[in-house]
Amino acid sequence: MPRARWPVTHARNLTFAHLWFGFIAFGAALVLGVWQMWSRSPLPAPFVTSSTYFSSVTAHGTAMAYVLPVFLIMGFGYFVAETSLGRPLPAPRWAWSAFALGVAGALMATLTIFSGRAAVLFTFYPPLTASVFFYVGLVLVVAASWIWCVLMMVAMAQWKQANPGRPVPLAMFATVANAVMWLWTTVGVAAELVFQVIPAALGLKAQLDVGLSRTLFSWTLHAIVYFWLIPSYIAFYTMLPRAAGGRLYSDTMGRLTFILFLIYSLPVGLHHLLMDPEQSNAFKFLQVALTALVSVPTLLTVFTIGASLEIAGRLRGGRGLFGWIRALPWERPLVLATGLAFVMLGFGGFGGLINMSYGMNAMVHNTSWVTAHFHLIFGGTVVIMYFAIAYAIWPAVSGRAAPSLKAQRVQLWLWFAGMMVMTLPWHYLGLLGQWRRVATFNYADPTIAAWGPWVVVSLVGGVILLASGVLFLLNLLQFNVQREMHAGVVGELYAMAVHPPARVPAALNGFRLWNTLVLVLMILAYGYPIAQFFVGNPPQALVHRVDERR
Amino acid sequence: MAISEEAIVRSELRWAAIAIGVVSVIMLALIYAGLVHHINPPSNIERIDPKTLHLGGEFTEANLGTRVSADGQVTSRIVATQFTFQPRCIVLPANRRVTLRFATPDVIHGILVSGTNVNTMIVPGYVSQVHTEFTRTGELLMPCHEYCGLGHSEMSAVVRIVPSEEFKPDAEGKVACDAR
Repeated sequence: MPRARWPVTHARNLTFAHLWFGFIAFGAALVLGVWQMWSRSPLPAPFVTSSTYFSSVTAHGTAMAYVLPVFLIMGFGYFVAETSLGRPLPAPRWAWSAFALGVAGALMATLTIFSGRAAVLFTFYPPLTASVFFYVGLVLVVAASWIWCVLMMVAMAQWKQANPGRPVPLAMFATVANAVMWLWTTVGVAAELVFQVIPAALGLKAQLDVGLSRTLFSWTLHAIVYFWLIPSYIAFYTMLPRAAGGRLYSDTMGRLTFILFLIYSLPVGLHHLLMDPEQSNAFKFLQVALTALVSVPTLLTVFTIGASLEIAGRLRGGRGLFGWIRALPWERPLVLATGLAFVMLGFGGFGGLINMSYGMNAMVHNTSWVTAHFHLIFGGTVVIMYFAIAYAIWPAVSGRAAPSLKAQRVQLWLWFAGMMVMTLPWHYLGLLGQWRRVATFNYADPTIAAWGPWVVVSLVGGVILLASGVLFLLNLLQFNVQREMHAGVVGELYAMAVHPPARVPAALNGFRLWNTLVLVLMILAYGYPIAQFFVGNPPQALVHRVDERR
Repeated sequence: MAISEEAIVRSELRWAAIAIGVVSVIMLALIYAGLVHHINPPSNIERIDPKTLHLGGEFTEANLGTRVSADGQVTSRIVATQFTFQPRCIVLPANRRVTLRFATPDVIHGILVSGTNVNTMIVPGYVSQVHTEFTRTGELLMPCHEYCGLGHSEMSAVVRIVPSEEFKPDAEGKVACDAR
């Protein structure tokens, strides 16, 4: 049902607050990231001690992996709920409480890190144990996101009740798919924190089962990537076809893609433990096979979005086999960002296939190759689409038009260039055997000395990324120089499908069936790998605190 | 819009079949590599108590380093501990099947050997085991590759690969770096 104007009521301030908080954390984390690369390079960096370095890595990872995505996804979710469903958000007071909770948690974790009592990195592998305030801070951030999940589900349920038999708009369907997936995803890390890590940090436990904690963390560690990624896919499916001047090729494929993400991103986490001694080859192989299947929704997306863009290109007069590509409106930031995101997704996805390839993982595990892979997927594909989403919805959120699309395009190109210059050398260094997670290298060693020039090249990429990040924040601030238009309304944002669905089967309009399937798959994939730690008498490791006063 | 809904569904299904075909080829390649070339991850679930591993059994100090058993098997045992390896240098012969066994008394570590596919996590509570064959001689780096605390960046060892004629076990079958 096309409408000229979409109301944004509660979501306006909510989205504004959430996105700004996420992006400020992002900006700070960028600075830390560049400094960390400087420290690892042959160039002499200031302030480097092992304590400052590993506190910085912890802060960088926490801000980028937890704070930025959680806040962006919450803010964008509120926006999608109101604009796609065309009704005010239920219980905005709860949304603001969640925001306050998340901000308090993020600040608590950050202060603990910078007091030097949480140098455990964002993965906090026990038995290394930080100050309890670090973990409680993280729990508060996750608790905030849980409130958001419930609000999204309630919003969809209320809309369905008011619109019986009608298909939930794809943008909202995908947002709720992400909320449902995130609830499943966080079960693993929540169990690890509540039953193992926090009791250890409080001094209630002197030892814990490390095999179990690693397995529980792996439960969360892969699906969290799809949590980060789904806003990008929402933009691909629902916003991009309109921005390009066309239509979505298939609404049904969009629904199927998000359902496949829900199903296959969860029972695959053991591929993060391929080099671990506590899991058997049988379950490693099973989850590798499921991991291979998670590439299917991405391949489907590449096709459906490619076809949608082709429709747009041909409508704009593009001819021939590839002529439609040139005919696309690349001057529009969302179209440009998608093109760049697809290139980075291509490189990152290829690297990911190597990582998940069972025995082949030995070639790259814990080398810079892996760092390069997840910076391309998260920092590349995901974050460039976060920029594009912010640019696309900011007119509605701020009530002002963008002052300069050119500045937005320059920023996106800089981000792409920086990401390429940084991660291509990292891939190469990883193949040469450069390991990750150290503060400095001994460049007097001839093997390591040969890596030096490539490390410096990647540092240049990092500086370009920082420049792009600063320009992004300036571009958002620039909206303020524009005169305020009609506050709280937004023009047509979401694309129509070529054949808009009048009705869809219940299975494609909700998640009950798929939740059952997830449960079955999780029992199959993680049942024994977790249960094995409760039979026999698995050895425990002594807690090693990193927060004792020196 | 000119294209019919049926045509769209057909094209999507065709593409889905291609995608599943690609995934199947990758999986077949992995199965082939695992079964025929024995390229598998290190996964010998072998428990060991981290609190007592130095007191008795194979990871006591006298047993560490490279040892050739009576039947000619070459095994190197290494303890990874905050923030060093014991021993910090091991000798192994080139072009011969060798086994590396690791354990830790404290926190999670991990190793790779530069320029090779030797790679494993070292998790307290478990013995990590890697079988390999080194093809080039010389000194290779074996750093700790998982963050294990503030001294992590300095934690590194050396793997010295020697031609098999220079690989000479002593009377007990031991070969050490400083014995040369």
